[in-house]
Parts: sequence; C-alpha cells; structure tokens
Amino acid sequence: MNRRARNVLFLIAAAVFAAAFTAACTGLPAFGTSRHPYGSRAIGASIQRRTANVVSSVNFDQRAIDTLGEESILFGAVLGSVVLLRRARDENRQDPVPGRVLPTTLLLGAGLLPVTLLVGVYVIGHGQLSPGGGFQGGVVLATGLHLAYVAADYRVLRRVRPVAVIGAVDAAAAGAFSALGLAGLIVGAAYLQNVLPLGTFNQLTSGGLVPLINAAVGVEVASGVVVLLAQFLDQAVEIESPPDGGKGRRTHPSPEAS
Amino acid sequence: MSGISGGVDALVVVTLVLVTAAATAAALTRDPVRQAAVLSGLGLCLALLFLAVQAPDVALSQLAVGTAFTPLLILLTVRKVRRSGRGEASGDGGARGKGDARGDRGAGTARRGGGR
Repeated sequence: MNRRARNVLFLIAAAVFAAAFTAACTGLPAFGTSRHPYGSRAIGASIQRRTANVVSSVNFDQRAIDTLGEESILFGAVLGSVVLLRRARDENRQDPVPGRVLPTTLLLGAGLLPVTLLVGVYVIGHGQLSPGGGFQGGVVLATGLHLAYVAADYRVLRRVRPVAVIGAVDAAAAGAFSALGLAGLIVGAAYLQNVLPLGTFNQLTSGGLVPLINAAVGVEVASGVVVLLAQFLDQAVEIESPPDGGKGRRTHPSPEAS
Repeated sequence: MSGISGGVDALVVVTLVLVTAAATAAALTRDPVRQAAVLSGLGLCLALLFLAVQAPDVALSQLAVGTAFTPLLILLTVRKVRRSGRGEASGDGGARGKGDARGDRGAGTARRGGGR
C-alpha cells in the first residue's frame, strides 16, 4: 500500500471514528454532575460492604473477576518478556564494571530508597481506605527498589532483589488471587464473592476480602515489575550480544540519523 | 457552588491543553532518549488531568507507570540497541568512547550503573 492510499484510509477511518465518538459522547450522562447512574450504585454497594475507597471496592469486590483477568494479563506479559529476553545461546554474560557515582546522587538515592518503599507499602496497605491500592503501590515499590541501581551500582541492586525468589513470589501472589476466590465457593456463595466478615467502616481491616485481594495484587504487581525490569536491565547492562549476530536485526535507522 | 465548579472546569481545560501540548511534543520528538523524557512529562500532565477530574486512583497509576516505568523501559531498550550497534560497528575501544559521549547528551538514566 503506498503512502497516498494509506493516508486516504487513515482519513476515512478518522472521520468515521470522529463521528461515532461524538455521537457516543452525546449519549453520556452529563459531565461533572454530583449524581451518576453507575456511580450512585457503585457507591451504595461499596458502603454496604464497608469499603471506604469505592474504586477498590469496584476493583476487588464488585468487579473482582475483571481484575483477575487483568492480573493474569500482567502475569502473562511478564512471563512472555522473560522468555523473549532470556540469555540466548550465543550471548555472553559479562560482569559490569561499576561506574563513578556522584556523592549527591548516592546521598539522595540512599535517603529516598526507604521513603519510597514505605510509600509503596502504605499505598498498598491503605488501598481499601484511600486512593491507591495494590497496582499503584506495587509499581511504586518496584520502581523505588531501583533507586539502589541509580544511587549505587548494578551489583548492589542484584543483591537486594534476588530475581529467582521474586519470580516465585510473583507466581505465588498471582495464584493467591485465584485461590482467594475459592473462599466464596467453600461457604456456598459465588466465586470471588465477598464472604469474609466486613469489619468496621474506614478501618484497616474493613472490607472483608478487599484488603486480602488488594495485598495479593500488590505483591504480584511489585514482583512482576521487578522481574520485568530485571530482564531489561540484564539485556542493557550485562548480556553481550555476539558482534555478527546483531547485523540481521539492525534494520532500523540510527536514532541520530533523522 | 458555581464558583468552585467553574474553577474546576478551568483546571480541567488548562490540564487538557497541557496534555495536548505534551502529547504533540512527544509525537514530534524523534530521538528515543529525548522522547522518553518528553513521555515522562506527558505522564505527569495526564496525572494532573486525572486529578482535576477527581480520579486520584487513576492519577496514581498514571504517575507510577507513565512517568517512571515506561520511560525507564524505553531508556534501557535504547541502551541495549546502542550497545549492540556499537559492538558491530567496530572493536570496543574507540567506539565505546563515542557511545558514552552520546549517552551523556541524552538523559543519564540509561547510561548509569556502570556497564562501561
């Protein structure tokens, strides 16, 4: 397909999309109003289950099965990149030589590392009460851990996160989500139904199953992101590709050329 | 009451304009290293927009993934591509110095950590 045909195709598709999108938007409930048909029902159900953060109630209680699907997608994506980025037979592993770190960077990184980890744990732990939850806190935890790499060295990072252990934790946490759903089946309710004691509204232990699933998601996301970043870091820092093996792959122009 | 909602509306419009500008800048940037930095800025603008429309949960996700995680992955990928390109172009010595000079010009994160 030549450039002109592609442009025409794009313009037609864009026009159709613009018309359909505008039509769909006119059918939406008014923007920024205090009442919303879905919002009111979700808030009602959330307060009934004594979960202060309605978003967490939707994610881990009212629509927990959707979240299970999303977690499985993340798990599958991490698994896929681990398989793709593993060390190939013709690649060599070379121990990286540590570079010089500015003292200010070291100070800032070492000071921020515990603060970031604490924030991550807080965001996961208070997922059922305040904005945030397993996913957000998990990503904060995982990226915060890499301050060890920015502030110190790759070898320090390798020591603070043993990838084999964290990979196993990732799988266990993903399995824990599915297993927690069985609690409903055991007492004769539906899969992933919130059957645990609901506790007192706005307490850490409130929400029944919500804080447990939230914690499982937090662990899964944190370890999944750590494993994913570890594969990328291995490729970027440690693994040496064979000099001739790169020729066939390097078909794209150099970024400086354009 | 209308004063408050008017203020929020103005905030939404301002952040929408910011997002549009940042997204256009990200699309127009050609160098992947700079693009990662611009993308990080776009993530921040999007987080502000989500905050303005009262979706703090989404804003937090956007901040964590769009501002930190995605640019980091891009920088690591660029580093890997440049390293394999360097090894292919010539031996190690001269080309390595050149590669480092290139890295110095871009954002430092991909280069850091001492693969040198």
